[in-house]
Amino acid sequence: MRLVLPLIVTFICGMLMILQFFIPHRPFSLLGEELSDWYMIVASAAIFLGVVNLVQVHLMKISQRAKNWQYSPVVLLGFFVMTAAGAVWGVEEGRPFDYMFQNMVVPMGATMFSLLAFFVASAAFRAFRSSNWRATLLLLSAFIVMLGRVPIGDMIWRLFPGAASGAHPNLVSEVAEWLMQVPNMAGQRAVMIGAALGVVATSLRMIFGIERSYLGGAE
Amino acid sequence: MREMAFLPALLALAAAAWAQPEQPDSTASPAQDAQTFESMFEAVCVTDAPNDDGGALEVSWTLSGSASPPDSIRILATPEGGEEFEAGWVLPGTDLFSLSGLEDGVPCSITLEAWAGGSPVSRSDAASATPSAQWFHSRRIGMFVITVLLAAVIFWYINRGKSGRPLFIREIAGLSAVDDAVGRATEMGRPVLYIPGIMDMDDIQTIASMVILGRVAAKTAEYGANLLVPNTRSVVMSVAQEVVKESYLQAGRPDAYRRENINYLTDDQFGYAAGVDGIMVRQRPAAIFLLGTFYAESLILAETGKSVGAIQIAGTAMPSQLPFFIAACDYTLIGEELFAASAYLSREPKLLGSLKGQDVAKLVIMLIIVIGVLASTAGTWWEPANRVADLLRFLTHVE
Repeated sequence: MRLVLPLIVTFICGMLMILQFFIPHRPFSLLGEELSDWYMIVASAAIFLGVVNLVQVHLMKISQRAKNWQYSPVVLLGFFVMTAAGAVWGVEEGRPFDYMFQNMVVPMGATMFSLLAFFVASAAFRAFRSSNWRATLLLLSAFIVMLGRVPIGDMIWRLFPGAASGAHPNLVSEVAEWLMQVPNMAGQRAVMIGAALGVVATSLRMIFGIERSYLGGAE
Repeated sequence: MREMAFLPALLALAAAAWAQPEQPDSTASPAQDAQTFESMFEAVCVTDAPNDDGGALEVSWTLSGSASPPDSIRILATPEGGEEFEAGWVLPGTDLFSLSGLEDGVPCSITLEAWAGGSPVSRSDAASATPSAQWFHSRRIGMFVITVLLAAVIFWYINRGKSGRPLFIREIAGLSAVDDAVGRATEMGRPVLYIPGIMDMDDIQTIASMVILGRVAAKTAEYGANLLVPNTRSVVMSVAQEVVKESYLQAGRPDAYRRENINYLTDDQFGYAAGVDGIMVRQRPAAIFLLGTFYAESLILAETGKSVGAIQIAGTAMPSQLPFFIAACDYTLIGEELFAASAYLSREPKLLGSLKGQDVAKLVIMLIIVIGVLASTAGTWWEPANRVADLLRFLTHVE
């Protein structure tokens, strides 16, 4: 029963979601929204599970003096201060919660995001360093796309004799656009079609109980 | 192939639906075509709203070209046996109005009133239609046929797999390396870090990731490696805890299961990235799995993992994040390979059969694309090819 019940629930919910896509008549038309609402309710309730887990894990680290336990009081302090500020003064603009969010959380998130620039540089360097024809092709394409996305690319092209008055004065940006819209788009769509098929196959496996590893893999 | 004998019937159904012209609502009556000040509406058409759950009508109209446009148009509805009520106002330039909240099966007549200078200047004749609900979305017949076809192919190969016939599945390097990655972590005495993406359980990639987590957890339980699963969503954390626990139970190592290792960090995207980077730098995992839905944090995570010397296996169906994973990780599962992972790792005939069916379905779609391109191109000088292209367009169109 421990396995049968989840399989039955999965089958019924999965089939209902498929049916509601093809049948606009009630009650099917309402099922999609209803089930999504149920999920939101479950997910909202589950936030407490996350909060409890966060507090438990860090309290345990502190009490056991586990490795790197010194970071845990900072996490708990941040959590309780933000919670208290929101609960006591509200979360509206100008309140302490909003002040801390705008001046601490947002800049910290922006800092993490800005690291991406350096990581892109290091990853690109590694990708382009490989000495094979595919890496060279990648480097060349990237170079053209980067040049084509900024005005200086076409400006450099127009310095060539006859380029400015020719049929393609913006050749670099045109080639960059072609690279993005044709080979790049074709590759992305191939990935998306393959992924969509994978989604269909995975969904069918789960709806019909063929895939059970998420239940522990038991037969 | 006897099981698939119904497929021609399905295709015939799709072709019939495609060939059927749109039926105009028979109860709608156009207004009189009089070029007078009182009747600036040339044609008013009321139809039942198509492919809906009932209670709705669609009203369309054209204004007389010679009349000066009104300031606004008032829509009045009168259900049979009921009082006239105001359904709404629209600005000039609009020529379509959807009216909902009506009773199914009760005819409703619609009158339009043009207003200018704060008073009505023209009124159309009444046109009526009866709202009703539809039992099948006529614009999704093509999708229905394709879904049934795909399902039939997949199930046919699942049956083939169950019957014990050998199925060739190409090697996926990233999945073949899972054992090596977990083994490496065990030998080095360092943990395995599993990152299930940043989306919630309603995302199919997260679900696929949970399925793979079960397989990876079975390996870590078998090898005795420490498994860490930081989560960005509470529901994913709960599911991950259950999946890992079940895998450890199945592997006969319930004592090795550590609930606190599958923990919640934060819902914030970059807060999560910072938290996971911290775990990587402090705990220096020997193997990192990045499987699921990722956005801008993908490269931040993958590059940090690279910097700590971990063997990294990534997988996502997000086309924009794949280049980052390919550049920074040792192995990358591209799109469909993420969804194939569970079947590939388990080697169960039924699951492998579904994988084979998925490949055949992909072949069918490739054929449809090639035929569609050829037919559309040939259609410029040979009309019958256009009809083939139109049929394929109808089949693949989703509203």
